[in-house]
This record gives sequence, structure tokens and C-alpha cells, in this order.
Amino acid sequence: MTALDRRTFLRISASGAGGLLIGFGLGCKDKAKPKPSPGPSPSPTPTGDGTELNGWIRIDPDDTVTMIVPEAEMGQGILTGVAMILAEELDADWATVRAEHAPADAATYGRQSTGGSTSTRANWDALRKTGAAARAMLIAAAARQWGVPLAECDTEPGKVVHAGSGRSERYGALAAAAVHETPPDEPPLRDPARYRLIGKPTPRLDQRPKVTGEAVYGLDVKLPDLRVAMLARPPTFGGKLATLDATAARAVPGVRDVVEVPAGVAVIADHTWAAMKGRDALVVTWEPGPNAGLSTEQVSATLRELAPGGVVVRADGDAAKAIAAARTKVTATYEVPYLAHATMEPLNATAVVRDDGAELWLGTQAPSNVQQTGAEILGCAPDQIAVHTMFLGGGFGRRSQVDYVAEVLQIAAKTKGTPIKLVWSREDDTRGGYYRPSSLALCEGALDGDGWPVAWRQQIASPSILERFGPLPKGIDDTAVEGVANLPYALPHVHVTYGKPDLPVTVWFWRSVGSSQNAWSTEHFLDELAHAGGKDPVEVRRRLLVDKPRHRGVLDAAVERAGWGTPLPAGRARGVAVHESFGSVVAEVAEVSIETGAPRVHRVVCAIDCGRPINPEQIEAQMESAIMYGLSAAMHGAIHFKDGRVVEGNFDTYPVVRMREAPVIETIVLRGDAPPGGVGEPGLPPLAPAVCNALLALTGKPVRSLPIRLA
Amino acid sequence: MAYSIKVNGTSHSVDAPDDMPLLWVLRDLLGLTGTKYGCGIAQCRSCTVHLDGEAVQACQVRIADVGTRAVTTIEGLASAGTLHALQQAWIAEDVAQCGWCQPGQIMSAASLLAKTPHPTDAQIDEAMSGNICRCGTYNRIRRAVRRAAGGTP
Ligand code: FES
Ligand code: FES
Repeated sequence: MTALDRRTFLRISASGAGGLLIGFGLGCKDKAKPKPSPGPSPSPTPTGDGTELNGWIRIDPDDTVTMIVPEAEMGQGILTGVAMILAEELDADWATVRAEHAPADAATYGRQSTGGSTSTRANWDALRKTGAAARAMLIAAAARQWGVPLAECDTEPGKVVHAGSGRSERYGALAAAAVHETPPDEPPLRDPARYRLIGKPTPRLDQRPKVTGEAVYGLDVKLPDLRVAMLARPPTFGGKLATLDATAARAVPGVRDVVEVPAGVAVIADHTWAAMKGRDALVVTWEPGPNAGLSTEQVSATLRELAPGGVVVRADGDAAKAIAAARTKVTATYEVPYLAHATMEPLNATAVVRDDGAELWLGTQAPSNVQQTGAEILGCAPDQIAVHTMFLGGGFGRRSQVDYVAEVLQIAAKTKGTPIKLVWSREDDTRGGYYRPSSLALCEGALDGDGWPVAWRQQIASPSILERFGPLPKGIDDTAVEGVANLPYALPHVHVTYGKPDLPVTVWFWRSVGSSQNAWSTEHFLDELAHAGGKDPVEVRRRLLVDKPRHRGVLDAAVERAGWGTPLPAGRARGVAVHESFGSVVAEVAEVSIETGAPRVHRVVCAIDCGRPINPEQIEAQMESAIMYGLSAAMHGAIHFKDGRVVEGNFDTYPVVRMREAPVIETIVLRGDAPPGGVGEPGLPPLAPAVCNALLALTGKPVRSLPIRLA
Repeated sequence: MAYSIKVNGTSHSVDAPDDMPLLWVLRDLLGLTGTKYGCGIAQCRSCTVHLDGEAVQACQVRIADVGTRAVTTIEGLASAGTLHALQQAWIAEDVAQCGWCQPGQIMSAASLLAKTPHPTDAQIDEAMSGNICRCGTYNRIRRAVRRAAGGTP
């Protein structure tokens, strides 16, 4: 085991095929403090000597370089992104590079491999050093073979070269010898000016299996003697099973068993259809519990009541006084509903429980939490839970929760030795109990005598995601106020408070988390202020972003490309919004009209500053994705409660954007030198306010709640 | 009940209840998991397959109603190792993100191009709006369909 630095460890061995296998451990975030992003804290596999491995580079004699990546591929292109960074420093020939999920092959790679939500962002340095160390070992092997000094050797893509003698050797041919070399403590990193891969648009490595149907997702797992289970769950938060008659369910052909577990009543069958029919045939009644009266109106009233009395998050100047004294002030209340994630592949997990632990196959954003959950349910050690990470049919934060893992283990514990695939229907998925929190914001602002904003007060009430992880510091859930607590505008008076309601609805990380609603309230309110002062929204932002060059940069790039201020067809208007989240800043300009009483978004121009761009191609793809996801929320998204139950079920009642509503999207990726920022989430927050700001320009009326409903 | 169905040129006999949707026959009984489940109620078209060349939602077709019609799934779209023009266009436009919806998208597009080899943008939007993509790859799907149809992406 070699330590490259405090965070990076390598383990060198021969690969099964007679090549080189380098295991590395990627950054472990602080476990105690969950991050305000999907997928709290990974805890990779201990190796027995105090270090942890969760990724591998394998160089085979045929020159194939396989990156085995400890990240969940949920569509964000992480397999490709991580492989690019490793390949850049390794100086691999990209045509020979493959990327795979962390292994299912316990014999080669050790019993377990997990990694969790380590992102490109978190692991930029570690990945580069690992790739560079591998390159140094190949150079050392070649130098030894040729009997020449190390310093005279260099690499070209996929081979080591010696200029003096004109010799060169392929990595594949050196791999076996390189096993015996020791990586240097500080392997030299490539000069960014000479990058061949990083920063170049690079197609994903996982396209082919995804267009042929070969890619294996959690729901596609096949195992001998596999049974499919579906679960009847209490329909209310805190509900319990009252009575059960499973006679009819057991009589459904293909149903094997009906078992009660803590999560509900499971129907176990030979195939999904039998499990569905069996579940439909259950005669079951529920004790609704204390939350039988929960309704959307009640949630709304609770937030409204709580918002004025929150704890202070930020206090610059004296906003209350400035607002009271101002001649022109604006007040507005903004409200957003709970949202479901609605990943395209409904939740599912497959598990087999044995005497010595369990093995799972699933799409997860948090493999380590899967292990932890297994350990708690089965009363064993986390390393007795083997996790095989399959492709994820979408994550968006939902697959960092482990409720479905607990369920499948409860069921599989009753069928020891027989693997169980727990399948959620679409309705289960929508009603499955973890939502983007609802939120209400009371905003007050004041203008100076010239119509420029000078004071801002925002009082937020929103259920806490983080309280489940421990007491909130100063009573503040950072995720509920992100984007407002750090409002980027140079205003003398800013006052922000947070009030935490007690509501039974379980809430969770949802793509871009608190920024998903806070960018909307702040950026739409800023336009309301601009409107009241008779100012151009872009001018207001430029003026207030004096000391925010990254914000200014994306704003200028987006408005220029969008043709801000140039004429549009009649009935169309533009709206702009800027927001920073996950280390990146994004500006969007939306072109909107109103068709048959609803907004129609024709075009979105997006500019992102995410520091050094790894793969501009995938950054563009993520902007497109986040914009559509944000548009679904802005136009349609709402989870309602009535009599304690979720009202929505399938896509007919929880609609999402389809192609006919999809705007044309143009993305500008700015080039910075800062370490890479996030790209999966930051494209989402500016979308809703950009659309609402266009509507304000078009109609003169603000939008005070989402989804958008034009009066 | 025993049924004989022809999928991607191969005949299979399956024992299934007569109301079992083709979707679950393909996935759970024949192991053809390229056809995806997304809603089960004809809302998302992740499960699109062809019956005698016609795009249908496999979640809506009972095994008893398949009869002698030839079933084509995403696994059977390529011929003799060569990817279908749409699959190639999908790769060229780097369309898939999570990828879950894409077999259904491609099967819908294949049926569109079979009938309308050079669709207008409006025809593409119309034909493809039955398919949901939660990753929002619609811009790229449009481009890939145009590319496969021989137009400018
Ligand atoms: S699963 Fe058939 S249309 Fe959605
Ligand atoms: S690519 Fe993920 S749902 Fe379409």
C-alpha cells in the first residue's frame, strides 16, 4: 500500500489477465456531517490496514485500460468523467479505455467495493494523482527494461517512449513488469495546457449498451430462483397494518407466499405480474395513525403561520428599518409544493440473505448506506453486506435514500437463500414517501429614491431534511436556506430567517435541493423589485453583482447569446435568472409566450461557470437535463395530500415535460481554472425564475406559487 | 396457459396467465430486459415494442392477444451485428443519460421513420411526445431522429 497523500492510497497487484491492477481509494467525506447534496457520506470498504479502496485501473496485455469507477452512473456521465481524468494523467489512448461500475467480482477485487457519492468535484486531485502514479510505474518499468534513466523516458498516448533510442513500448506490454515498480510519492501531474482529454467534448462510454438494451439496471437483474416481491404499504405516514386476509392473494397463480414485514405486507411471486395481481388481491385494512388528517391546506397553513417567527440566518444592516422607511416597497409570498423525484426506472432492489450476511444488486447513489442499513436490519457487520451497483435509471437524489433497501432486506430475511427482487410500481414510486420539501417564503424589499433595490428581507418556513442526521446547528437547516443565506447581491440591508415546521411528511434531497425553490423566490423577487423600480432586470443584476465576477460572467454570456433587448415576435418575452449552487454559477435566459392559457417556453440559453470543465459535452447534456427537470417542476410538479394520503399516482396525475413542451436549449460552457464544480444540479435552479420573469415581463403579473397557473 | 410467440425472429413457448402483459412476458419469462417498465398504464412508452412493425405499448398488450404477430424488441432492432440507423444516430448525438427510456424512444422513432422516412420537426415532436424522458434528452432525440432520417441534426 502506497500513500500518495493523506487522501489517496494505492494498492498494486497483477490482474487476472496478466496485467496491472491498481486499486485506489477516493476521498471519504466527513461521515458525521451529511452534505447538502444527494447521497450523504460514503464509507468505502476497509482494506484491513486502515485504508480504503473503492476504484481500480486495470491495464491488460491487449492494451485495454479499464477504469472501475466507484460512482453510481445515474445518467450524469460520471463513468466517462472519472475515466477521462484518470486517462489524462495516465496518458492512455482513449480508444482503448473502458469504464465499469465498481465490481461484482469479489474474488478479484475483494469482498466489497463501494464509494457512494464521491463526485468528480471532490476527487479531482486524488484521481489525477492516481492516474499519474500509474503512468510513472509504466515509465519505470520501461526504463528498467531498456536500461536507460527514468528522466529520459516520456509517454505518448498508450505507450512509453525513449527519444534517445527511438524505442517505444505499449502499456499493455509493460503492464506485467510495472506490477513490481513502486509509484513515486509525488507523481508529476500533466501541465493543464497540454491536456488532451480534459476540457474536450468527449462522448460517453456507456452509450452503446444503452441503445441496444444490453445495459443492466437494477430492475433487469437476473438470478437463479429469483422471486419478485411487491409490498402493500400503509398509505399514511405512521400508519400500521390493522387486518389482513391473504386468501385471495395466495390463490393468484404464480404467487408463492405472503409475508408480513415491518414495512407492510409483501406478496412474493414467480414474476412481476403475479406479484402485482397478488398485491391487488390482498384484503387489507390499515390503522391510519396520527396523521390521518394531513392535507395540503394544513401544510400550507403551518408554513404561513411559522414563517414570520424564524431564527436569524443572516442580518446585514437593518432591513426592517430600511423597509419601513422606504417610499417604494414590495412584498410577496412565494410557495412551492412537495415534489416526487419520479426517476424513470421505478425504485427496486434485489437481495439474497444468507447466514453470513447478504448480497444486493441495485441502483444506488449511496452503497455505503446500503451496507449500513443491511447491518442494522440483519444484525451483522457492514462488510458482510455485498453491494453490486447496477446502472441507475435515474437518481436525482431519490436513490441516496435506503428505504427500499430496508424493505427488500426485511422480505429476503424471510426467504433465506432465495433472492428477492422488490419492485415498486410507478404509483408506489410517486407515493413512496420521500419528497422535495415544500417551502414558503415571505419576501419584503425596498427601493431607493432612484428605484434601485437597497433592502431585502426573506423569511422562510420549510421542513428540514437535515434534522434526521442530528440537531441542527443554531436551529438552521442549511439546505432550506441555501441560495438565500448567501444571496449574492450587494445590498446594504439583508435579513434572512428560517422556521422549521413539524410535519409528518418525510423529505429528502431532490435535484439541486434547497436551490430548487430558493433560486425561484430570490430571482423572481429581484425581478419584482426591478419591475417596481422601472429597471431592466439585467441592469439591476449587473449593478448588484459588482463583486461577483463569476455571476457577471455567466450573466453577460447568456444575455448576449440570447439577444437580450432585441425584438421578439409579438407575444413573446425574455426572462433571466442567475444562481450559484454546488460550486458552479449558472445564468439562464428563457423565451416564453402564452399558448392556450399556459406558458410555452420556446428557447433557453444557458451559461455555466463550473470552474475547469472536464467534459463540455456532458456539461451541456447536464444543463439540458436539469432545465427539462426544472421545467417539469415549474409547469406541472406538485404532490398533494388529502386525508393523510398522497393524491398523485402515475404520470397521468403527476405529469412531466414531454417533447412537445421541450424548449430548444443552447449552452455556453465558460472556461475557468478553479477546480471542477458540480454540473448535475446547478442547471436546474435558474429555470423556474427565468420563466416566471419572462411571464412578469409579458403580463405584468408575478407568479407567487409553483407550479405556474396563469389566472 | 401455454402460448407460442415469435420474438426477434425466434419462436418461444411460454406458460403465462392470459392477462399477463407482453411487457412482463418479455422481461420476466424470456429475459429480454431491454424493454422497460415505466408506468404500466400507457403513459410513458418506455415499453414500446413492434408488433408486425407497428409500435405498441407492451404494458397494454395481453399475451393472449399477441397471436401470430411478430414481436420486435430493442434487442432485435440491429440486424446481423449492424446497429439500426437510429441506434447509430443515438450514439452520434450522445443521447442517452440514465438510458432507461431510450429503448422505448428508439422503438417509437423506428416506427415513425418506417412510415415517414423524412419527418418534419412538427411530425417528430408529435410522434415522440408519447415517450417520457426524465433526464430530459429531448433536444438530442430530435437531433438523432433528424440525423437518422438523413437530414441535418
Ligand atoms: S410502461 Fe408501458 S407505457 Fe409506460
Ligand atoms: S435517459 Fe433517463 S429517462 Fe431518458
